[in-house]
Amino acid sequence: MNHTLSVLVENQPGVLTRVASLFARRGFNIESLAVGPTEREDWSRITLRVDCSQHSIDQVVKQLYKLINVLKVNEMTSDDAIERELMLVRVTAQPKDRADIIRLAEVFGGRVCDVGPTSLMFEAIEHPDTLYAFEEILKPYGIKELVRTGRVAMRKATTERTRSSRMRVLA
Amino acid sequence: MSATNPVPAMPDARKRTTTTGEMTGAEAVIRCLEAEGVDICWGIPGGAILPLYDAFARVEHTVKHVLVRHEQGAGHMAQGYARATGRVGVCIGTSGPGATNLVTPVADAFLDSTPLVVITGQVPTHLIGSDAFQEADTTGIFMPIVKHSYLVTDVRDIPRVFREAFHIASTGRPGPVLVDIPKDIANQTLNFTYPETVEIAGYKPNRTGHPLQVEAAAEAIARSRRPVLYVGGGVLNAHATDELATFAEAVQVPVVTTLMAKGAFPDSHPLCVGLPGMHGSKFANWTMNKADLLVTIGARFDDRVTGKLDTFAPGAKIIHIDIDPAEISKNRHADIPIVGELKQVLPALTASYLELRSQDRIVSKREWKDQVEEWRFKHPFRYRRVGPLKTQYVMERFRDLLADRDVIYTTGVGQHQMWAAQWLKIERPRHFITSGGLGTMGFGVPAAIGAQMAFPEKTVVNIDGDGCFQMTAQELATAVSYNVPAIHAILNNGWLGMVRQWQQLFHDERYSETLLNANLPDYVKLAEAFGALGLRAETEEEVDAVIMQAVESRRPCVIDFRVDHDEKVYPMVPAGGSSAEMIDEPWDNEWVEDGV
Ligand SMILES: Cc1ncc(C[n+]2csc(CCOP(=O)(O)OP(=O)(O)O)c2C)c(N)n1
Ligand SMILES: [Mg+2]
Repeated sequence: MNHTLSVLVENQPGVLTRVASLFARRGFNIESLAVGPTEREDWSRITLRVDCSQHSIDQVVKQLYKLINVLKVNEMTSDDAIERELMLVRVTAQPKDRADIIRLAEVFGGRVCDVGPTSLMFEAIEHPDTLYAFEEILKPYGIKELVRTGRVAMRKATTERTRSSRMRVLA
Repeated sequence: MSATNPVPAMPDARKRTTTTGEMTGAEAVIRCLEAEGVDICWGIPGGAILPLYDAFARVEHTVKHVLVRHEQGAGHMAQGYARATGRVGVCIGTSGPGATNLVTPVADAFLDSTPLVVITGQVPTHLIGSDAFQEADTTGIFMPIVKHSYLVTDVRDIPRVFREAFHIASTGRPGPVLVDIPKDIANQTLNFTYPETVEIAGYKPNRTGHPLQVEAAAEAIARSRRPVLYVGGGVLNAHATDELATFAEAVQVPVVTTLMAKGAFPDSHPLCVGLPGMHGSKFANWTMNKADLLVTIGARFDDRVTGKLDTFAPGAKIIHIDIDPAEISKNRHADIPIVGELKQVLPALTASYLELRSQDRIVSKREWKDQVEEWRFKHPFRYRRVGPLKTQYVMERFRDLLADRDVIYTTGVGQHQMWAAQWLKIERPRHFITSGGLGTMGFGVPAAIGAQMAFPEKTVVNIDGDGCFQMTAQELATAVSYNVPAIHAILNNGWLGMVRQWQQLFHDERYSETLLNANLPDYVKLAEAFGALGLRAETEEEVDAVIMQAVESRRPCVIDFRVDHDEKVYPMVPAGGSSAEMIDEPWDNEWVEDGV
């Protein structure tokens, strides 16, 4: 089962390693990882996605809280959070095909950001699932290069109060 | 009855230091140690840590430094001190090999939740990452085995870092904290003041058990017919042994004490059921397995206690009280979790329970206690005194001969450790110091030295194996040079006995690489070469005399007990087996008819 964790940490050297090593020691592969600044200069937010059992993720969350530099951990689901990822993709595009591909890309929110003699580069900021669909559509044209940032997530306002209490079962 | 605790209930050694002003980072480290009330530390100097050692010689201070012979010894001595006193142990090593030699004791301290502050030298900042001479990525190597670590990159951070390090090591669930200090930083100067307070955003260790959960737990105990207190080393770390005694007295139910908790509740107390698990007693394991309620107190359902998890205490509801939320429902689902300090939770639980009692709402546990008593009476630990000298006999003689003395025991890891746990009677907290989680051979000698340096007036006995002893025997030099009279009792069976036992039972007696040699080295001569007293006993008749001679000599001492190499530790729950089904000597199997 896939889980998205949003980990608020102190912005200090070595913190990412401490967090990542909790997953590595269990043999869990981090499928997506995004680290960046937050509303406060001395905090960073690590958003990561792993595939593991619910029991494992509960255990990892508790272990994360034991790291001195970790301030807050939230597990998010697609239902209660907005999830976005940025993708850059360069696709083969002969001049005659350009118009077709660009129109297709618009359906997925893809925007042209570079044009080469036989290629186009798109950027898209979407839900990760949409990006996968976009990628599938581009494949027949020939994808030359692709990079994604790893997903970031933020809880929706409506669920802010009803936020799952599962993470706080501990009395 | 209340357990007498010779250690102050909540040791707070911190002193207000008056030292302030301009000084080097190295001197600042010493002032930090003074401010934390550190009276002793253990270590070995080297290039990267030289500024600190220079400061030890240059400035006047109150921190005694003990020069050891191997950094592993420094770490285990700091552990022995910490476990005996409940205070933070401090050890020091240089960069590279000094640091890597500290890995084993730090991992040991991590698994057994022992408070340590570990100081390592590091190569100068401009060389970090260049594979410089004696460079190791120390914070990287230690990351998974410390509670927290610091690489100091600004000399002005030293006071804050140490204030935090001691705070983190000693509060919440205790553990080792590493402070890695590059050489150039130690040589720079700062204007020193020690912070009064400590503010760590992501660290809030002091928790109060939720009152509703405490009430629910009291209700569950009241309603239960077959409750057991399952007590772990957390009780010692929480300095809550008196609170435990009061609680146990109030609820009057059997108390199981894990290896780490031995002594946390007096072994001779009528309610004490003692050691559960792989080499625990039948009655302790049956008590756990037949219980309808486990009141888990600072214990963690370790596999050496539970055996196969699915079959462990199948009919029991679980109350789990721990300061560490990560232990709750880790191995066994907790029906009533309580996260909080035992020193607060246990009295609250006692009060809640007494309230129910005053309302006459307690279900009788009489039958259950009678049942446990019957098991205890019919199935004690036993061994046969035939053939060569038995370790169990030696344990019984230590137990009986020194019963009136204040004795701290340490152990190595192996058969002798299990027999020590089975046969010694420990009546006071912090008087049985063993490597439980990591199972570190070589722990006994230095741990005994550390404990003895904490309490010079007590008798300290290290119950060691011949294999274990050889792993840290060089610390006899430390013992002799500081005149630390701990007794190192080697239960010399000439084998890596515990491994041999597994080979005999589970590997068709293929004794692959487990034969040592009882005569290699000659332990008496080895002791003498170090300037220690060397004694030997080969028969039962000789045992009492050497024990008394060793105790009365007040000198560092090694006793070579020549014991049966073929004796096995029983009963035994085979690894991964159900702890309700123990195996035993063929002659001691009549219990099967009682089998649970
Ligand atoms: C450092 C280390 N290496 C290996 C082991 C595995 N091991 C566990 S018990 C044991 C044998 C210990 O032999 P000895 O000290 O003679 O004790 P005995 O079991 O004979 O009483 C070994 C090798 C260990 N626990 N620690
Ligand atoms: Mg041996």
